[in-house]
Amino acid sequence: MEVEKTKIISVLVENKPGVLHSVANLFRRRNFNIESITVGPTEQKDLARMTITVNEDEKTIDQVIKQLAKLIDVIKVEELEHGNFVMRELALIKVSVPSPKERSDIINCVEVFRGRVIDVSTDSLTVEITGTPDKIDAFLNLMKTSGVIELARTGITALARGAKSIRIDE
Amino acid sequence: MTKMSGAQALLESLERQNVDVIFGILGGAILPVYDALWGNKKIRHILSRHEQGAAHAAEGYARASGRVGVCMATSGPGATNLVTGIANAYMDSSPIIALTGQVPTVGVNSSYMIGRDAFQEADIIGITTPITKYNYQPRTVAEIPIVVNTAFYIATTGRPGPVLIDLPKNVQVETAEVEFTNKIDARGYKPVIEPDLAKISEAAKLLAKAEKPIILAGGGVIISNASDELMQMSDLLMAPVATTLMGKGSFPECHPLSVGGIGMHGNPAANKLMGEADVLLAVGTRFSDRATANLDTFCPDAKKIHIDIDAAEIGKNIEVDVPIVGDAKTSLKILHAALTNKLHKNEGSAWTKRVKEAKDQLSPLLKEMPKDLLPKALLTELRKLLPENTIVTTEVGQNQMWSALYFKALKPRTFISSGGLGTMGFGFPAALGAKVACPDRPVVDIAGDGSFIMTEQELACSVTENIPVTVIVLNNSVLGMVAQWQRMLYKRRYMAVNLGKTPDFVKLAEAYGAQGFRARSIEEFQKAVKTALKSKVTTVIDVPIGSEEDVVPFVPPGCGLPQQRGDY
Ligand SMILES: Cc1ncc(C[n+]2csc(CCOP(=O)(O)OP(=O)(O)O)c2C)c(N)n1
Repeated sequence: MEVEKTKIISVLVENKPGVLHSVANLFRRRNFNIESITVGPTEQKDLARMTITVNEDEKTIDQVIKQLAKLIDVIKVEELEHGNFVMRELALIKVSVPSPKERSDIINCVEVFRGRVIDVSTDSLTVEITGTPDKIDAFLNLMKTSGVIELARTGITALARGAKSIRIDE
Repeated sequence: MTKMSGAQALLESLERQNVDVIFGILGGAILPVYDALWGNKKIRHILSRHEQGAAHAAEGYARASGRVGVCMATSGPGATNLVTGIANAYMDSSPIIALTGQVPTVGVNSSYMIGRDAFQEADIIGITTPITKYNYQPRTVAEIPIVVNTAFYIATTGRPGPVLIDLPKNVQVETAEVEFTNKIDARGYKPVIEPDLAKISEAAKLLAKAEKPIILAGGGVIISNASDELMQMSDLLMAPVATTLMGKGSFPECHPLSVGGIGMHGNPAANKLMGEADVLLAVGTRFSDRATANLDTFCPDAKKIHIDIDAAEIGKNIEVDVPIVGDAKTSLKILHAALTNKLHKNEGSAWTKRVKEAKDQLSPLLKEMPKDLLPKALLTELRKLLPENTIVTTEVGQNQMWSALYFKALKPRTFISSGGLGTMGFGFPAALGAKVACPDRPVVDIAGDGSFIMTEQELACSVTENIPVTVIVLNNSVLGMVAQWQRMLYKRRYMAVNLGKTPDFVKLAEAYGAQGFRARSIEEFQKAVKTALKSKVTTVIDVPIGSEEDVVPFVPPGCGLPQQRGDY
């Protein structure tokens, strides 16, 4: 994923059934591909935050945002301003470990990337890495030689920098 | 707080919204609501003969009156039969409420029932999510009043649209203490009414300098009851008013500054003048492709001002210079105030002369009555026969486009047509809904034979329920509009457009207990219409016309408005 082109839309929605369906439907209908979407509750229990990353041009993003804002269950929607937000992604990576030598190489790598080994078996390791998608890509690249058995990435979650917030009471 | 069933809570909530009529068809999963309707004196139930008819009737009711139309169906097939009608209301921004029964959420032994493909279960919430403004499936009796209040609020405010309430059967039956309030619950929904004043003054500056301003009025003007404001604006600017199909009737088409409809089958005067204007003031329109044709040649020289209540419409189809998000009526009023004193009225300007000239040269007016029974003659004559307040609905196809071209609408809410979805079969049930809303006014459906056959079963409803309307069938024995496309664009390779043996519409009407006439001349047509207007029963007037009549002129797909072709 090219992080430079990626736009991040932060959407505050009602935390109730059906909302993800209408949001997803809106993207599907206009043939906008969602790069990633993360959803979870917020500091206000009845609200959820969706963090949606898309790779589209300005005009399309503008339409997406207006269409999202139009949904009754969307309380607030905002594109996170380029360079003015923090974002993280988490990845769980299961790598095969053919020999003890490779095991220690991998563990070294994990340390450099400030990851953690969270599960070990005789011939595999499961690693947790958190960071920007770039950083996770870089780690995955290094693991290629050993062989990635399984990979799960959460997609980006993000917040605007500083005290600024998109909240309902703004 | 009163203890009552969900069905009773629903009806009480509807009554509090002043609902006086529901169009519907019952079935197992909605029976408790129908049982609660038994003996109800405030709400009239009208038994449609197909749920599509019920939904279109609700929309006709809404569009004729400006009030909310309500339709109701059972779960499964009843609900899915409503879908075309709901989609139609969504495209044309009509406020309707669709009530559907649903299988119970819990079955015997408290096991889940919904979601298990129970008998007549359809996921109508999933199905209608993209074609409703919102939809609900209340799971408790207590929440029903707020759900209904909010549904009506959402349906009628901002850009109106359909809202569906899907009521599981057990929720209809269960009882609870119910509190009726005026509360609504939609904190994420805040329609913008008041326009941004900075944008208004930008618009005013453009318009004050304009030498050749034109106004394009869409359905939003009618929905917002802004016809008076539109007239005042046109008067102040001395600007011609063109309309979209949905905007037909927002400005009296007999007015010297009315130039008719734009679009694929628009009035050539309107299409031409759009290309000459230097400032376009578009109000309550979404610049649909049928209206604008190819965007490259749409108003190429004009600065564009766009007023719309739906922010998502701004910049969706065309880029504009001054976007104004707000209600049409409010925005026009404020814009008018901003312009007064900035303009001196110039009745004899070069532009108004040009408008008159374009109208004289290009408008498809009937110069003299032809010998043959031509659609344009019929529709020109029809205008003379019908009182001004008559509500006209249309079906879809050539009948609709001929009506748009030759039947002048003089008042808002008197021309009701399926603009966005283009649904054949819309006009007749919509006419019934309009008649129920306005029982003292004549209602006429201008139909094609193909379209009328799609919902003709509602004749039974109109006769049984005493809802007399007039249907004029322009009977060409073909699916005319598609035949025209095959003639013009597919080298006359007629495929599947011949209707073969169409029914005898006079006998068909009589079979339902309605009355039928056949008109083979203008005189017979006049006589039939006059009789129909006085009649207490629905009248079908069958008018045989040639099967190769074209709607002309015509902007072929892909071309721009100025590239209209065809002799007319
Ligand atoms: C439900 C539906 N099916 C198909 C169409 C495609 N269609 C558009 S116009 C038309 C022909 C309409 O025929 P008729 O009602 O006889 O009217 P005419 O064009 O002859 O006036 C068809 C099939 C449609 N608009 N709606």
